[in-house]
Amino acid sequence: MTTAGPVLRLDRITKRFGPLLANDAISLELNAGEVVALLGENGAGKSTLMNILFGAYVADGGSITAFGRPLPPGNPRAALNAGIGMVHQHFALADQMTVIENIVLGTRPFTARQRLAGARARIARLASDYGLAVSPEAKVGSLSVGERQRVEILKALYRDARILILDEPTAVLTPQEADALFATLRRMVAGGLSVIFISHKLHEVMAIADRCVVLRHGRVAGEVRTAQTTAAALAALMVGGEVARVSVPNGTRGASLLRLLSVSTRGASTATGLRGVDLDLCAGQITAIAGVSGNGQAALAAVIGGLTVPEGRIEIDGAPAPAAWTPAAALAAGIGRIPEDRHREGTVADMTLAENAVLETHGRPPVSRAGWMDWAAATGRAVRIIAAYDIRCPGPDARIRLLSGGNMQKLILGRVLEGQPRVVLANQPVRGLDVGAVAFVHAALVAARDRGAAVLLISEDLDEIMTLSDVIHVISRGRLSPPIPRDRATVADLGLRMAGQGLDRAA
Amino acid sequence: MRLEPVADPSALRRLGLPGGAIAATIATAALLALVAGADPLATLGLIVEGAVGSRLAILETLNRATPLIFTGLAVAVAFRARLWNIGAEAQLYAGAVMTVLLGATSWGAVWLQLPVMALAAIAAGALLLLGPVLLKTRLGVDEVVTTLLLNFVMLLFVSWLVEGPLKDPAGMGWPKSVPVERDLRLPRIVEGLRLHWGFALALIAALAVWVMQTRTVLGFRIRAVGLNPQAARFAGIPVTRVLILTALISGGLAALAGFSEVAGLKGHLSRDLSPGFGYTGIIVAMLAVLHPIGVVLAAVFVAGIFVGADSMSRAAEVPSAIADMILAAALLYMVLALLLTRFRVVRG
Repeated sequence: MTTAGPVLRLDRITKRFGPLLANDAISLELNAGEVVALLGENGAGKSTLMNILFGAYVADGGSITAFGRPLPPGNPRAALNAGIGMVHQHFALADQMTVIENIVLGTRPFTARQRLAGARARIARLASDYGLAVSPEAKVGSLSVGERQRVEILKALYRDARILILDEPTAVLTPQEADALFATLRRMVAGGLSVIFISHKLHEVMAIADRCVVLRHGRVAGEVRTAQTTAAALAALMVGGEVARVSVPNGTRGASLLRLLSVSTRGASTATGLRGVDLDLCAGQITAIAGVSGNGQAALAAVIGGLTVPEGRIEIDGAPAPAAWTPAAALAAGIGRIPEDRHREGTVADMTLAENAVLETHGRPPVSRAGWMDWAAATGRAVRIIAAYDIRCPGPDARIRLLSGGNMQKLILGRVLEGQPRVVLANQPVRGLDVGAVAFVHAALVAARDRGAAVLLISEDLDEIMTLSDVIHVISRGRLSPPIPRDRATVADLGLRMAGQGLDRAA
Repeated sequence: MRLEPVADPSALRRLGLPGGAIAATIATAALLALVAGADPLATLGLIVEGAVGSRLAILETLNRATPLIFTGLAVAVAFRARLWNIGAEAQLYAGAVMTVLLGATSWGAVWLQLPVMALAAIAAGALLLLGPVLLKTRLGVDEVVTTLLLNFVMLLFVSWLVEGPLKDPAGMGWPKSVPVERDLRLPRIVEGLRLHWGFALALIAALAVWVMQTRTVLGFRIRAVGLNPQAARFAGIPVTRVLILTALISGGLAALAGFSEVAGLKGHLSRDLSPGFGYTGIIVAMLAVLHPIGVVLAAVFVAGIFVGADSMSRAAEVPSAIADMILAAALLYMVLALLLTRFRVVRG
């Protein structure tokens, strides 16, 4: 390819979903033989941008040029034909077919015999050129995750991709497999290919990328050459924290209500577990957990919410937590939980507001007695929450599916806070909400703190943390930093800790 | 083309589309009769007449509907929780076996022995579904496969029973079991007419399931588990326990079909006790959109088609297999109509 200038140019891409500006004039350039990392938290706009590039969405504004030619919007084949290949986090392979069959699937020529004969030699050459060792006759179902990823990359190369987009490619890999992937990527860029590397693992980005484009709240928050920056600076760019802010006054610290003592969990295959976490949640305080996502926040929320039984000790009011540590036990212990994903965990989409409002409390009076539901009581509770939390909805009997994210979150907030919980777990409570809803949720959390609850705020947004919290812990690779009072926290120090520095050396 | 959800379906959409499905079913039935070389209108007339044309026909239809109400309820209860019980047939036979085992000889007052027989039948059906559910919740084994295959295991077990240990010595060599004691047969609702109390029991069961689903904590939990198991678990609902209770209720309901057929109609156990009532129960439940009162209506409709087609084929030269095709068409149209009630097709 002898095109002068960048091989891929996204110019002022803008996309709006209702009130949410998912992509706000995002521009990005990719040169031949270059690895560009696209960094950003969940909801920063990475997926939307890639969906626009691959034609799944049509942008409201902006244009895309590949190899000097404009890419027509809304056509999924256009990007593929232009030589752009994508390897998704979840592979699209047929388990029952061999590696070769998977690679040639959907390509011409059509007859199987012709295809396989020519394909075998070409795949062998691609594999040896780029160090993608995989047995061509093996059934995909028998391959490891790392090998499957190689098949996906081969699939893209076989289709003459000159630009490869990898979506969080190391999330599913062991460290050794990740090293092998990086070796492959280096050979590819040395051969003139270009790579967009989507990730939020900072040390990997520092290791592999030439340049980083950091997205935040749908905008380009910064663009830096990795040679001229540090992981800490990238973390700060990702989570913000430079903006002048008005902080909520500190609360008055009371007794310890919930304590974790050297708590560990085994991470699921892809998620990070906790490693020896100590955490003390006190009445009248908002304790914040800062960190880049995927560093154990999900495991921490699962432990406190009763979904995981960890190793180590959980103490409630100084006494050990029940041995059968379940969501019901956590509720009974006075822990109110705002889940990270309100659609998957927080609500039942096809149930009404009233039914969702009593999802956690339907097993006891006044909502039910001796196994019989009192629907009047359930509706009454929903009506109260709707009024108190200003939820815009057709009424308590409407299905919650019809509500906007902000109103859905307000119902969850009402459900949690109506029970006057002693501990409030708020996991990414304002993700995807508009400004008004954000302010409402924050005010409700501060009010809960002021009446004496211990609030745990897990957030990827440093602005939110610096505004609301009394005490901050940084989570990195499953470990928790010692508590840092907000008044003494600096963005630079938090950024360093988020990047995992000062933790691994000590460990 | 793709499907786009309709937020709030209009009354026209909610009533017109199922109405259209019924019209399409009738048109298909007429077409089938035409293909078989008969006068379509006359054939349809004969089916309707055979199903509801006389007091005798109506009672026969209700008799046939009785086991379908039970199996339809069994499926409807389980499917609500997304527990795919395809084994109502086996659970029906489990109930039938228990009915014969406890009813072949008289050992207590009728008012005691008959309820004990029914409860034992319920327990047998419930236990038969407990295995697949424990395999599902503990090991993640697909219950569709286990419940389906148990149907064949159960049928072979029944074959062995009626050829061996339970074989009727006075049966002149026919593979059928010893009969249930005369006193222990379910009485007729009206003396002299063939309809037995099993039908009334089925109506009571439908009502009970409806109350359970809409008024009790268990019903609420079953719905939550079926609609979003992850959110149900997060909210503290014991998902495994709810699935087990659902299985016990579902298996018990299907077993009552066996109890009612043996104690109310046939009087003994045989391999052809059920011409697939367990499988037809799935059609009944789907036609009823899993609503327990709808199950009663759907069961009567399905039974009417079967009884009417039987009667029609005796009078006209059209095979009674037309009933199966009409039902298949009815199910497809209805499922499609219900889908289109909630989604609209958008081009592009």
